[in-house]
Amino acid sequence: MTTNTAADAVASLGRAGSAGAPVGLHGLSRSFGAVRALDGLSLDIAPGEFVALLGPSGCGKTTALRIVAGLQTADSGTVTVDGKDVAPVPAARRDMGMVFQSYSLFPNMTALENVGFGLRMRKLNSASRTRKAAELLDMVGLSPQARQYPHQLSGGQQQRVALARALAIEPRVLLLDEPLSALDAKVRLQLREQIRTLQQRLGTTTLFVTHDQEEALSMADRVGVMRAGRLEQVAAPSELYSRPATVFVAEFVGTMNRIPGDYDGQDEVSVLGSVVPLAGDRPVGLTGAVDVLIRPEGLQVDAASGGNGIVTDLTFLGSLTRVTVLLSGDVQVKVDKPSPAAASLAPGTSVQVQVAGTEPVLVAVPGGSGQPRLS
Amino acid sequence: MAAVASSEQRPGTQVPAPRRPAARRGGVPVWRWVILLIAAAYFLIPLYSALRFAGFRAFTQVTSYPSFGSAFLLSLRLALIATVLTLVLMVPTTVYVYLRLPRVARLMEAITIVPIVFPPIVLIIGLLKIAPGFLLGTPNLLGLEYVVLAMPFAFRCLDAGLRSFDVRTLVEASNSLGAGWPTTLWRVVIPNLRTAMLSATVLTVALVLGEYTMASLDNYQTFPVWIVNFEQNSGPVSVAASLLALFVTWLLLMLIVTVGSRSSRQRGGAQVTLFSVSTASTATMGEPE
Repeated sequence: MTTNTAADAVASLGRAGSAGAPVGLHGLSRSFGAVRALDGLSLDIAPGEFVALLGPSGCGKTTALRIVAGLQTADSGTVTVDGKDVAPVPAARRDMGMVFQSYSLFPNMTALENVGFGLRMRKLNSASRTRKAAELLDMVGLSPQARQYPHQLSGGQQQRVALARALAIEPRVLLLDEPLSALDAKVRLQLREQIRTLQQRLGTTTLFVTHDQEEALSMADRVGVMRAGRLEQVAAPSELYSRPATVFVAEFVGTMNRIPGDYDGQDEVSVLGSVVPLAGDRPVGLTGAVDVLIRPEGLQVDAASGGNGIVTDLTFLGSLTRVTVLLSGDVQVKVDKPSPAAASLAPGTSVQVQVAGTEPVLVAVPGGSGQPRLS
Repeated sequence: MAAVASSEQRPGTQVPAPRRPAARRGGVPVWRWVILLIAAAYFLIPLYSALRFAGFRAFTQVTSYPSFGSAFLLSLRLALIATVLTLVLMVPTTVYVYLRLPRVARLMEAITIVPIVFPPIVLIIGLLKIAPGFLLGTPNLLGLEYVVLAMPFAFRCLDAGLRSFDVRTLVEASNSLGAGWPTTLWRVVIPNLRTAMLSATVLTVALVLGEYTMASLDNYQTFPVWIVNFEQNSGPVSVAASLLALFVTWLLLMLIVTVGSRSSRQRGGAQVTLFSVSTASTATMGEPE
């Protein structure tokens, strides 16, 4: 019966009208001393959309989130909610629910009191406050822990209470600042699904900051990959993976091989004996020897005496096996192959690696790592 | 299916419990008893001798002096003024410096040392020169002097308290939920600073109840001053008064500690002993009661 009441709770919250608002970030810049944390970041989030900002640490993603929350100010640029500039609105009046990376429950209050805190600030009377807080705790599956203090809860439970607390105020925007990174893997996975389910039901516009690509790709409607204070690409997870706009995105998301090839300066590249089309615009000033970026599933490997490589390692991934091959010229590549077929490729086997299909590819300056594409 | 009731692992159970010294588990070694006995002798023999010297009658005599009551009440009043003022001044200041002006924190630490460094006589003479007329000759002036004296201790207690939890995040969480500064201070920061404030209170009260130099230089008949004055009249009565002062102060401090710790322990807060604040939160984390 727990499920029913929880579903009811969600339904009643939905009716209460916590529908998400459109959020816009326009040309946000912010420096800390000589460090430029944000460098003209722009991003539009549709009502009810779940957008993840993904990037290595220090790329400015948390700064962006904190500026939206009103906990930090931008040197230039604006944040709009519902089309209105929120710069003059202090954090306490922005109606944004926030879940922090570190445990942020008030230690002096029970789980129920924590969830009810925002409602108390909104002058709800004690009875309706308790009722609503209880509904939300039920929603995150923590009704039995309502009377417990934060130190009596596990890390995962604490973050679920924090989520309930952020959602209790029916925020126009939900801000999640790496809420899962302090938790262990199993709990993280469960909470990931729970956050996504709740967000979809409530339709709250959500901005989620993470350095974990798996988290971003599995939860968000769209993912913005950030680097050095800028957005490299904003796209749906599948597009980000299959059609990365830049070399940085290509290498940051998923596994990527760099294979030496030859670029004709036009629209085609020759690599591993094949000629494949170039993805996107022509890179300027880059011809001749290049690194061609191909994912493990974009390559094909077969046993062949006198082939172009030798198997050095096999990693069993379930239905697929990832075969590591050392190509002539000391280039190491990873190739995915159905596990039954890969069984015969013991380390040391001579193999032939080829490009499978004719998917367009990106090219990069040879040897560079994470270089922006020259375009 | 919104509610995903899960049977997740408690991270708390993975944290190894702090290991206790083996000696404490298997009984106290002999040498500890020896040290304990020496220490006990050091403290208890003078007390016992004093009790013998004063005799029971001296105690009843002490309390029958009318000046005893007024001196004692004056000391209590001063303790109250000093404690309240110290907390009202130091809590918001320390929190503000901690959150907004972390670079000033070191300067503040240096400033709060000053009252210890300067001899009381210097403070007194300076103060009497600059004190406004309406304060001169009132106990309030002495109360204010005690606030200055208590500042180093109060600051250190509050500083330790603020380090024991993530104030910054809690304040931000409170702000994001719609609470302004006064509400955040009152409902979030202060409840979590209770133990630190309790320590500050204990130290301030102990300081005020035992302070002699300033009070006597300012010509106030506080309890310590009264005891010294009395000594000239009657030996046993004065010793009885000293012992009484000792017990009353001790009882008062134990009362503050007991009351404070009980409400703090209910919420899983820190434990307070007379001179230390230990955070219990890490040890108990994740273990439901």
